[in-house]
Amino acid sequence: MDFFHRFAVPHPNPAIYASMVAIGLTVIAIVAGLTYFKKWGYLWREWLTTVDHKRIGIMYLISALLMLFRGGADALMMRAQLAVPENTLLDAQHYNEIFTTHGVVMILFMAMPFIMALMNFVVPLQIGARDVAFPRLNALSFWLFFMGAMLFNISFVVGGSPDAGWTSYFPLAGNEFSQSVGTNYYMISIQIAGIGTLMTGINFMTTILKMRAPGMTLMKMPMFTWSALIANVIIVFAFPVLTVALAMGTMDRLFGTHFFTTNNGGMDMLWANLFWVWGHPEVYILILPAFGIYSEVISTFARRNLYGYKSMVASMVIISLLSFLVWAHHFFTMGQGAVANSIFSITTMAIAVPTGVKIFNWLFTLWKGKIEITTPMLYALLFIPLFTIGGVTGVMLGMSAADYQYHNTMFLVAHFHMVIIPGVVFAMLAGLTYYWPKMFGFMLNEKIGKLAAWIIAVSTLLAFMPMFFSGLDGQARRMYTYSEATGFGPWNMVALVGALGLAAGFVLIVYNIYYSTRYASRDISSDPWDARTLEWATHTPVPAYNFAVVPQVNSIEALWDAKKKGHVLFKGKYEKIHMPNSSGVPFIMGVIFFIWGFAFVFAIWPLVILSTIGIFACMAHRSFEKDHGHYISVEQIEEIEGTETKLRGAN
Amino acid sequence: MKIDHSLPLEYSTEENRLKVLGFWIFLGAEIMLFATLFASYFTLVDRTGNGPSGAEIFEITPVLIETVVLLTSSFTIGLAVHAMRLGNKKAMLSFFAVTLLLGAGFLAVEISEFVHYVHIGAGIQTSAFTSILLTTLGTHGAHVTLGFFWGLSIMLQVAKRGLTPETANKSFIFSLYWHFLDVVWIFIFSFIYLKGMM
Ligand code: HEM
Ligand SMILES: [Cu+2]
Repeated sequence: MDFFHRFAVPHPNPAIYASMVAIGLTVIAIVAGLTYFKKWGYLWREWLTTVDHKRIGIMYLISALLMLFRGGADALMMRAQLAVPENTLLDAQHYNEIFTTHGVVMILFMAMPFIMALMNFVVPLQIGARDVAFPRLNALSFWLFFMGAMLFNISFVVGGSPDAGWTSYFPLAGNEFSQSVGTNYYMISIQIAGIGTLMTGINFMTTILKMRAPGMTLMKMPMFTWSALIANVIIVFAFPVLTVALAMGTMDRLFGTHFFTTNNGGMDMLWANLFWVWGHPEVYILILPAFGIYSEVISTFARRNLYGYKSMVASMVIISLLSFLVWAHHFFTMGQGAVANSIFSITTMAIAVPTGVKIFNWLFTLWKGKIEITTPMLYALLFIPLFTIGGVTGVMLGMSAADYQYHNTMFLVAHFHMVIIPGVVFAMLAGLTYYWPKMFGFMLNEKIGKLAAWIIAVSTLLAFMPMFFSGLDGQARRMYTYSEATGFGPWNMVALVGALGLAAGFVLIVYNIYYSTRYASRDISSDPWDARTLEWATHTPVPAYNFAVVPQVNSIEALWDAKKKGHVLFKGKYEKIHMPNSSGVPFIMGVIFFIWGFAFVFAIWPLVILSTIGIFACMAHRSFEKDHGHYISVEQIEEIEGTETKLRGAN
Repeated sequence: MKIDHSLPLEYSTEENRLKVLGFWIFLGAEIMLFATLFASYFTLVDRTGNGPSGAEIFEITPVLIETVVLLTSSFTIGLAVHAMRLGNKKAMLSFFAVTLLLGAGFLAVEISEFVHYVHIGAGIQTSAFTSILLTTLGTHGAHVTLGFFWGLSIMLQVAKRGLTPETANKSFIFSLYWHFLDVVWIFIFSFIYLKGMM
């Protein structure tokens, strides 16, 4: 009994039992479906063992979309609970768990993989490379992220969810106040996913620095690649800090150390500092690639090269440096003194300057452009005003004296959602729509896409603007209910409507995917948007080796200048191409990491030792293995290139 | 695999050059990791609770032994790489073996030091200071342990397969790692032990 007791959820309720059943049924359905359609072999050969950056990108994309719905369900539950005063839909404990998992899932398991999806798919194509620098490591990164996400998600039905907020501040997250295994899940699943992210950072930095096509100097790189490079530099410097913080937190909880305790010298503020030394740069890891996407989309559909390329690059470099100097704005009110507050206030507000530069560059690009409003462009155009609302309120929060008023109110929640949804989520949806034809060989329906974009934009305003007002009136965040007399009721009702609208928008996007999969024309060219950068210069669907001949680059917008100025991109004959082999080891290692994490969460030490040995065995196997990849012969290339062209019709 | 014979073996293929750069970037991340540990150490160093302070528990002799042993091993791995460049497999393997033996010696002293700390009531659960002290030292020690086994597997490969672009690349990257651990130790020696004993 004791054994089962450990894995039981501490605060069960019908919704949790329902999800248990749902998870069970889904797993059975997937297993049955794969068996019935005899797809196990296909799944294993083509996906689970793949090291192809394009497929890894697509797997990131699917995971991100799934997590968007998990996090979205949490969001809807929160909004439903808050919609009317004194609501009893959720109890306080359940509300705590939901806002915690919502935050973690959205930031780490939705936005991050979304970025990784686009980066994986686009960057090697955009720089004319055959793959990333370390394809195997890339697969391992994905599986670590994926297993981390799965581990986090099972907390809901096995042992209990974390409930100390996505920031997991100590001493609240310590053993004394968080007795369930929830916070163990938090520490360990983020650790596993974080290691994967760090390896991605190293991999993509190497790729971008070393594997660009001949002629593509740093200052001729497309803007998305630039943004990816800088985001990866931030990853390499920020994630080790998180690794250490999470390790310390885990040790406090499992080994009785005194890093963040309130006795024996422990210091809870150390957690807050370490967390945000990672946490603030993390925001820029998300937003810079999003800016990169907007740059590509805006210059493509304004039919104009990006205004102020150099200042775009410079502003990103400055933002990346500043992002490490502002972390303490997250605890202005926690007693760090006026001097520290002033310094962090100034550095915080300074970030608005390079960000403003970027906004003006986009506006100038649009100014003289021949604008064509496609779905990706619509997201970009809606992003500018909405993001500006989020940005301006951010500067308000950055004034430390004023922050005493806003701190921990819904004003803050409204601010960062107005930044992160138009900034990151819109960009990812724009990127999704923009790159969809390259990924899957058909376009998403424009009518449905635009309708969804409008619904999402209007709903964002409806969902979050009211929170600015209720926040200024004093509605605290992370409170599961409030009294009638506060007058917050109507604001929150509007916000619920907005949240439902957002949900409807996302469902419409899924419907669009379904609809277009069924009805969209497969007869599209490899460059359906009439775009400007290299990824559109290869076939659709993209062959495994990306480019049959390595392109020669002479300008920033290589493809555009090939189309308009007659630059020749592909010179020379086909030569045999070296490609890495698929491997099951990254997936197996991911699974072992999952077991390791689970064993750690429940402190099952024999299993921890066993799986640790398993992990090292995988590494040793890799070290001794002789795997030199394989070659694609000239005949094979000719055949692939021939059929691709035929498949796509004359092009 | 195109091999460029004008370059040292470890740099001779495209893949090898990528790996060396990738490893340097990885070391950048490692610097951040240890920097975070040091920053936490300095934050917690005086927060000893009811436990002892550094001055009360540090002993100079084992630390000096550790330092000398590790510095020497950094020198011998350098000699190993030098021998590798000269194409002398036997000398290379010998220096490699000496390096790993010194590494093992370092670990032996460090383990006895940890046992001693626990014995005198300065275990990892005693206070914030001992927690961060043993975590920082332990992280470095874990790196050395990992390095030991990693080095061993590389030695086996060199012995079996000879000096190929692949094994040379692995050996060279291992030497970077080992030097890095030495540099970290110098920081530990100066800022944790020497400063703590003053
Ligand atoms: C889809 C529409 C969304 C709605 C309706 C929504 C709603 C909410 C609400 C009501 C809270 C406040 C919980 C509280 O403090 O009581 C919250 C917190 C949060 N949300 Fe969202 N959210 C949405 C999307 C997102 C997205 C896309 C992200 C990130 C990419 C995100 C990240 C966060 C974070 C980090 C928190 C803080 C959690 C905490 O207080 O610990 N949300 N959200
Ligand atoms: Cu911040």
